[in-house]
Amino acid sequence: MRQIVRVASWLYALAVYGFIFLPVVVLVLFSLQATSFPIPPFTGPSLRWYDAVLSDPRLTSALVNSLLVASISSLTAVTLGFLSAWVFARFVLPGSGLLRGLITLPLTVSYLIIGMGLLVLFNWAGVPKSLLAAGIGHVVINLPLCFAIIYSQMGDHQINIERAARDLGAPEWKVLLLITVPVMAPAIFAGFFLSMTFSWDEFVISFLLTRFDTTLPVEIWNLLRSGLNPKTNAVGSLVFAVSIILVVLFELTLLRRRKA
Amino acid sequence: MSSAGNNGRALPRAGRALPRAGRALPWALVTPALGWTLLFFVLPFIAMGFSSLTAHEGGGFTLTNYSQFFTNPSYWQAMENSLQVTAIVTVVSVLLAYPFAWILAEQVPERWQRLALMLAVLPFWTSYVVRSYSWLLVLAQNGVINRALTGSGLFSEPVQLANTRFATVTGFVHFFVMLLTLTIFANLKQLSPSYRKAAADLGAGPVRTFLHVVLPLTLPGIMVGAFLTFVLCIGDYITPQILGGNNELLMPQLVMMQIGRRGDFPLPSALSIILMAVVTIAYLACARWLKIERA
Repeated sequence: MRQIVRVASWLYALAVYGFIFLPVVVLVLFSLQATSFPIPPFTGPSLRWYDAVLSDPRLTSALVNSLLVASISSLTAVTLGFLSAWVFARFVLPGSGLLRGLITLPLTVSYLIIGMGLLVLFNWAGVPKSLLAAGIGHVVINLPLCFAIIYSQMGDHQINIERAARDLGAPEWKVLLLITVPVMAPAIFAGFFLSMTFSWDEFVISFLLTRFDTTLPVEIWNLLRSGLNPKTNAVGSLVFAVSIILVVLFELTLLRRRKA
Repeated sequence: MSSAGNNGRALPRAGRALPRAGRALPWALVTPALGWTLLFFVLPFIAMGFSSLTAHEGGGFTLTNYSQFFTNPSYWQAMENSLQVTAIVTVVSVLLAYPFAWILAEQVPERWQRLALMLAVLPFWTSYVVRSYSWLLVLAQNGVINRALTGSGLFSEPVQLANTRFATVTGFVHFFVMLLTLTIFANLKQLSPSYRKAAADLGAGPVRTFLHVVLPLTLPGIMVGAFLTFVLCIGDYITPQILGGNNELLMPQLVMMQIGRRGDFPLPSALSIILMAVVTIAYLACARWLKIERA
């Protein structure tokens, strides 16, 4: 009986792993296709489509745009999230439960609706479509995430270190910058990297709020109109690689925290 | 989701702990985050609400955008499609993910579990657009699966897989199996082994222990995961658009189509608000089970 369960478990797990990795393997494999259709039979390996991606100015500028929007919006989100998390963990403000709820509220609303709302507001206020508008949207979706991560990691033991610094005459900004930030560094990094991956992958807000200069996911979307193409496979594989690097960095910061 | 770090400890009242900084400091530091949320989340929502109550940009007050939803059969159909697809996706994903998470938590040796789990959710981090495109490659008329089907002689002609509801559901299930594996795995690991020991001591076999102890105790976690699946699935535009095509529209596709076609916001605003109302109703319906988890 136990043996049967074990064999069945192995088979089932293998099948699910196969299902999970099937599209990724197909994506990466046919990005190395030598001919111009990403369908079997495989004719590669060849790097010509990576070459085509890197020499396409629209894609490379979209890549730079994506990195810019992701890093600046994540930095903003993590800064605002950290400051508010510190205040809520250290002080009792009137209605603080309600205010905390307000900050985390965007987590429960789909990106499409957040983007739609900003589109209506910006259109009404005469704000043109731009990378800045998309970046603002990305802060909206990532601020609650950063807040939740950092807030959940603020413990009592840090209060005493802060108090000690204060007793030794440090002004409040120095306590925050030189004591709290380093102590909270793992949570801050985790929030930052998670925001980076979400902003890097985000499509619908960027799609609604940018026009000519746009981010990589939107540019890939434009590529899709020309049907299946190994160039799309190549750029998709590159995007996947960047996401994996961000996730590994995120994992490493989490591991470091666990060891500490 | 966020557990406060200050468990039951008396916090200093604003201003009292920081004699030099005074009462202004906490407010000064919390204002940017609150301001951002009010300005770019709450205000847009209000703008959308106003827009949804006008016939066209700058027009007078009307409820036609909402009544259209109930009278125009194609809008109603989109909501029906959305609810059906979301229900199928949620059920199939839970049924696939639960045994998988159970195997990872119970059958895989402890030291390999972290790696096995990390591998299992790796493609979770591909971007939405790329993930859906990858499935298109797999399901295309002359894609990998059709080649395998015709090549093995099972089918003489390629099967229409892409641009169907099946494709949409497959793309969604792929994503949510990974998400649910994560949440259910965490749930199973949190179960104290003493429950199982107690059941075994009282004479229950492994099957009975699972059905009467493990499954009921992980049910709240499954509900949370299923709710998350519901919310993320019903609001997603990319997967149905790339994989399902325009054969049948889901709500997010309808919203985007109205924006693109008319460049006008009242109707898509109303549809967005209706979509959000449905999610809220689902939340209220599940709230009873979602709360158990927090306690």
